[in-house]
Amino acid sequence: MLLIRCPFCGSRNESEFMYGGPAAVRRPSNAAEVSSREWVEYLAVPSNPLGPALERWWHARGCGSWVTIERNTATHEITESSDGD
Amino acid sequence: MQRYSFLSLAKNALNGHRDWKPAWRSRELKNRYEVLVVGGGGHGLATAYYLAKNHGITDVAVLEKSWLGSGNVGRNTVTVRSNYLRDESLPFFTRSVELFDGLSKELNINLMHSKRTMIDVVQTYGKLRELRRRQLVMDIYDSSYEQISVDELRRRVPPLTGGGPKSRLPILAAFVHKDAAVNRHDAVAWGYARAADDLGVEIHENTRVENLKRDSSGKICAVETSRGTVGARKVAIAVSGHTTTLTETAGLKMPLRTINLSAFVSEPVKPLVDVVVNCPDIGVYFSQSDKGEFVIGGATDLGQSFRRDIKQSVFEDTVCSLLELFPSFKKLKLLRQWGGHVDIAHDGSPLITKTAIPGLYVTAGWWGGYKAIPAGGEGFAHLVAKDQPNSLISPFGISRFRNLEFVFETGTTAVR
Repeated sequence: MLLIRCPFCGSRNESEFMYGGPAAVRRPSNAAEVSSREWVEYLAVPSNPLGPALERWWHARGCGSWVTIERNTATHEITESSDGD
Repeated sequence: MQRYSFLSLAKNALNGHRDWKPAWRSRELKNRYEVLVVGGGGHGLATAYYLAKNHGITDVAVLEKSWLGSGNVGRNTVTVRSNYLRDESLPFFTRSVELFDGLSKELNINLMHSKRTMIDVVQTYGKLRELRRRQLVMDIYDSSYEQISVDELRRRVPPLTGGGPKSRLPILAAFVHKDAAVNRHDAVAWGYARAADDLGVEIHENTRVENLKRDSSGKICAVETSRGTVGARKVAIAVSGHTTTLTETAGLKMPLRTINLSAFVSEPVKPLVDVVVNCPDIGVYFSQSDKGEFVIGGATDLGQSFRRDIKQSVFEDTVCSLLELFPSFKKLKLLRQWGGHVDIAHDGSPLITKTAIPGLYVTAGWWGGYKAIPAGGEGFAHLVAKDQPNSLISPFGISRFRNLEFVFETGTTAVR
């Protein structure tokens, strides 16, 4: 069970959260110039690190805040959390 | 190969079991092979076997980082079935079920293959519509799927006493898939290893592949392992979970996420349920093993994970769901729990594919890949040998991402 720090409610159980995918994925802004290869990479090729990963969690069964955490995918250790996007 | 039979068993019994030979040999690691198969799990071993058997390529080494059967081939819930939805998936999985049915004989090892029938329990109208649609598609491909009434379902699965008209999710109907089976996963790994070894394939355990190496033209030329560098003309990767970790050493990104799927098993009890029961609406399925244990599987963890364990929250959710329909299981003690890391593609379908790197082939994205071991190995061996996919695996190439030809598959247990 992960203990995720919500900026509003404090440390809460993972079961109160929904997973919101990897953080810091930027949609290409210059849509007209982007090649289909880059679009496919943006849509379907996620980063899949063995180690620290930045990800978004939604405190859906709590206050509704979104939080960004850095979690190690091999150990589940949460090394950093923030409410920024 | 030392054949297994009643006679050989009797002979060795009289001899005090002193003359059994190892099922596969331990050999010296050579400097170079025609084909290196990375990963000695179900798919890797099956691929090596079919490379030798169907294509006559025997200069093959299977490199396994631990012992054979330590990965997902030993971590699944041994369900073999073909109740899928898509025109692309159905012929492939039907072929795999067919190969599994004849595999004990082909590999000369008792896989304890037991045709069990699978029953899907439906508790929402959305699921009912989806399964009716699946039934119509499956009819086209001669895969059996038949709707039964709730009374018939309760007759066939006696401990199913929950899900009545006043419950949270009343049971609406059920679908019977007669082709489903369960068998023994260790025997599948050992059987393929033994048969491949007999055809000249080398199997190297405790040989972890750390890096892929390319020559100056960009082609794959070798792998660096914990026992030194090994050259190869072709490298075939079958390392569920760690696919991206490995391909990224050669600068290749794959459309895969690694997630943890967990399962657990109860104490053995008297025979109670003779079918595989799947309850997709609440996210739990189980079968009773030959020893009497209930083998129970649930949903995945949230987020990416390489941890191969079970999370308390996932465990509790699965148990609560199970008890809703099977209240008498409250008395069962649970003995063991485990997880396995699977990598899943954006559309839930597997990748059996060539890559942008010449000589590098990948089989990955297996979600419930146990049932796909024979057909997956057969198809992957064809791809590696001929550099062209056979018709069954051709929809599962990586180009489907480039061309947006996704195969969205809802037949996997995890998609709900």
